[in-house]
Amino acid sequence: MNKVFVRFSALSENESFARTLIAGFLLPLNPSLDELSDIKTAVSEAVTNSVVHAYPNTTGDVELSCWYDKNEVHIIVKDYGVGISNIKLALEPFYSTKKNEERSGMGFTVMGSFMDELKVDSNINQGVMVHMVKKLAEIKE
Amino acid sequence: MNVNYNKDGDYLYFYLAGELDQHYAKGVKDYIDRILDDSTGYNNVVFNMGDLKFMDSTGIGIILGRYKRLKKCGVNCFIENPTLNVEKVLELSGIYEVINKI
Repeated sequence: MNKVFVRFSALSENESFARTLIAGFLLPLNPSLDELSDIKTAVSEAVTNSVVHAYPNTTGDVELSCWYDKNEVHIIVKDYGVGISNIKLALEPFYSTKKNEERSGMGFTVMGSFMDELKVDSNINQGVMVHMVKKLAEIKE
Repeated sequence: MNVNYNKDGDYLYFYLAGELDQHYAKGVKDYIDRILDDSTGYNNVVFNMGDLKFMDSTGIGIILGRYKRLKKCGVNCFIENPTLNVEKVLELSGIYEVINKI
């Protein structure tokens, strides 16, 4: 088992940092370009959600943790913001609370499609935790 | 992230390069809208994604937003040459139901 944990400000400039960090951390697993791209996109979506929605009137942090055991990669993106009032609705494709800002509402759909498992937990004013799992095709020694 | 444009006949081309995420969304939107406002005599707008290495669903919102605006003026939109990573996001979003790939 190998793990990494970082906590950073919920700022949009940290979205690329989060993607790059995860990509670098997973390199020893020798993932395919396709797998790495899927994971980077899913991480970007989760972090973007926290950056855009979690702290509307204040500043806050995002926690990103990742661990792998053999070929199974777990990623958790967590914030301590306003939370999601209706997770079922938030998970629906094209649903966005910020449609007027030209958001696609596809974030969770991308996470769910590009990863093998997606779990979203949230309590109002306590934040959101997104847990994603990706099983890489095989371990290449 | 970088955007350039080029006008060729009644085609207006936007060349997206680098990584498009939420951080660059406003800059990209503002740039494209300014060029759309300032240009005349175009009936087709092409978003060339040949050098776009990364895009998440933020990019879908940007492209669809421009599409809706241009549709009202009778201007056609196209997506050109997306990289494999970007293509996956585009396909998943269903954007090709309204915008053709060339």
